Amino acid sequence: MPTLSMLLVVSAALFCIGLLAALSRRHAIFILIGIEMMLAAANLNFIAFWRFAPQPAPPTGVMVAIFAIAIAAAEAAVGLAMVIAVYRHFRTTNVDQLDQLKG
Amino acid sequence: MSTVAFAGIAILTLAAALAAATLQKLMHAALSFAVMFVGISAFFFFLGAEFVGLVQIFVYIGAVAVLIVFTILLTRHDVGKVRGFNWSGVFVAVAVFGGLVWTISKTKSLSIVPQQIKPVTVQRIGELLMTNYVWPLQCVGVLLTAALIGALILVMEEKS
Repeated sequence: MPTLSMLLVVSAALFCIGLLAALSRRHAIFILIGIEMMLAAANLNFIAFWRFAPQPAPPTGVMVAIFAIAIAAAEAAVGLAMVIAVYRHFRTTNVDQLDQLKG
Repeated sequence: MSTVAFAGIAILTLAAALAAATLQKLMHAALSFAVMFVGISAFFFFLGAEFVGLVQIFVYIGAVAVLIVFTILLTRHDVGKVRGFNWSGVFVAVAVFGGLVWTISKTKSLSIVPQQIKPVTVQRIGELLMTNYVWPLQCVGVLLTAALIGALILVMEEKS
């Protein structure tokens, strides 16, 4: 069996790859993909800590992960709608060119 | 979960995540994103949270990945023109990863193996959702409704 720290290292790596995507890429959709990756890494941590807790434990980690998935889905829907709205207005999805508040 | 299975799933997940973060073609990145969520769901299955793994597959691969593909197709004129890459983000990500791994390796109480658990049935999750978690459930319902309406209003054609 792998230990808890191995799982946490995998989750930390996933979080940092998401951070890399959110910070480095210029395309708005890549930034959303990075945010989704970071949320998934957090979910992995919730489940891992629940599984490795002294048993019997109430399934709190499972419930929190389910709610986090629902909220991440709502965030993705609104984020992608914003990408489409910004693209219609500015004709670009490069976040470096979206530097004016006045449309 | 055997160590070999753990290593295989970890390599699959992290490789797909790296591909999704660095590939130049958006469509390939979106498909790697879906593969990454298969890996995370496999982790959930192995950790005994089958329901969360299934929800993850339904929501992310069934809905979010498809939404991303639709958005890529709707903003297609821009694909290929946005090629910039900001290298300072790499340093920040590597520094955060180093800090997290250092913290995890310094914490002695984390090197434990899991005990046997009773499987969490869907019935138990449903009972908890209707008793202890009924207010969070209602709030998520309101949030999803608001997000749906907000997304529709955002993408509506402006009449001018």
